[in-house]
Amino acid sequence: MNLNLDFAAIIERWPAFLDGALLTLQLAFIATVLGTVIGVLGAIGRRSSHPLVSRICGIYVEAIRNTPLLVQIFLVYFGLASLGLKFSAFAVAAAALTINVGAYTTEIIRAGFDSIPRGQIEAAEGLALSKAQIYWHVVMWPAIEKVYPSLTSQFVLLMLASSVTSQISAEELTAVANYVQSDTYRAFETYILVAIVYIVLSLIMRAGFWLLGLVVFPRRRRLGTPL
Amino acid sequence: MGGSLNANHLMFLGYGALWTIGLSLIGLIGGGIAGFIIALCRISPNRIVRLLSAGYVQLIQGTPLLVIMFLTYFGLPTLGVTVSPLTAAGASLTIYVGAYLGEIWRGSIESVPKPQWEAAEGLGLSRAQRMIKVILPQAMRIATPPTVGFMVQIIKNTSLASVVGFVELARSGQIINNSLFEPFLIYTIIAVIYFALCYPISRISRRLEMRSGPARLSLGTA
Repeated sequence: MNLNLDFAAIIERWPAFLDGALLTLQLAFIATVLGTVIGVLGAIGRRSSHPLVSRICGIYVEAIRNTPLLVQIFLVYFGLASLGLKFSAFAVAAAALTINVGAYTTEIIRAGFDSIPRGQIEAAEGLALSKAQIYWHVVMWPAIEKVYPSLTSQFVLLMLASSVTSQISAEELTAVANYVQSDTYRAFETYILVAIVYIVLSLIMRAGFWLLGLVVFPRRRRLGTPL
Repeated sequence: MGGSLNANHLMFLGYGALWTIGLSLIGLIGGGIAGFIIALCRISPNRIVRLLSAGYVQLIQGTPLLVIMFLTYFGLPTLGVTVSPLTAAGASLTIYVGAYLGEIWRGSIESVPKPQWEAAEGLGLSRAQRMIKVILPQAMRIATPPTVGFMVQIIKNTSLASVVGFVELARSGQIINNSLFEPFLIYTIIAVIYFALCYPISRISRRLEMRSGPARLSLGTA
């Protein structure tokens, strides 16, 4: 084993890595925002009294949670192509990641909804709040507050999983790494560096979610419950 | 391009599915051993051991499995160590699964009530005896549902071994697609096979969770 590591040749390429990291963050951001929307709607759907709606939401969650992201990405990529629709690799990657994380978010938020005590909802009904008002004020925000740590972990995992989109040549961090290592023949140094960048990105995301939590859930801060 | 999907292709997919199961077992056993060691290190009385194992978990949980795969498969040869796709995939999964199972099991061990430790100590059992005879049997019951749930993640994550050229289910699908060029059909079949492998385990995990009280949220993508 001849250890002569040369990180200088890799670090020289920092603009490419920066671009890749920014694209990774963009993918994570888009999928997080849209995934949260899908998650809330999916969770409401799963609790719907309409059997068809809750059935469809259940099938969506189970289908996504029991198949690999890699296969989902290929299905979206080739599925859209076979419909004759042409999108950029970035758009396909964002769509596939959103569909994927939406299912996990649905499950997490549903668990949050289920944890709201029945009495709270009955009290809200007693106050003659409409169904939408009950969901918004009594169920949704307290539920999201409760599962916020799980959501944070899930979205950080999503950011890491976005590396898989390099397989359909979305130019995110891992794809940049593949390109740089084939160019410099310094595979070990490249992937070590990229691993460090991913760790930094996940720390940035965790810090971001922590700050967001302070703003969105002031009650938690007041009560002193740790995020 | 040429021909249509026939029995040979399905045989090839079946063979790939067997390798997916094999690789999952390698990941489960290797990662199980690594995870057990990590879990014990995380609750070690020695502060340095605790810090090192916590650092390991943080590092691995902050890195995508794909990058770990690339690091072992493409990175090690540049240092003069050649690895086969199977070795690279098996080693990567062991490293990755070890960190996650280690955390799950540490949580299980720590959720055994404190008086159990104290009572065992009061009976004059040594630390090893307390662990083996009192704590671990109880921790195992707590750990079973999340561990079974995590097996689904392992199966799904073996699909990433395809990027280093290991011919498991996803890779065998890619190979067939290269000759038939019917991606949508083939990847749908692949997805169905993965679903058939994972869904029963998800169900078992959920049933175990319901039996053993409060549900733990299972996390994970890929």
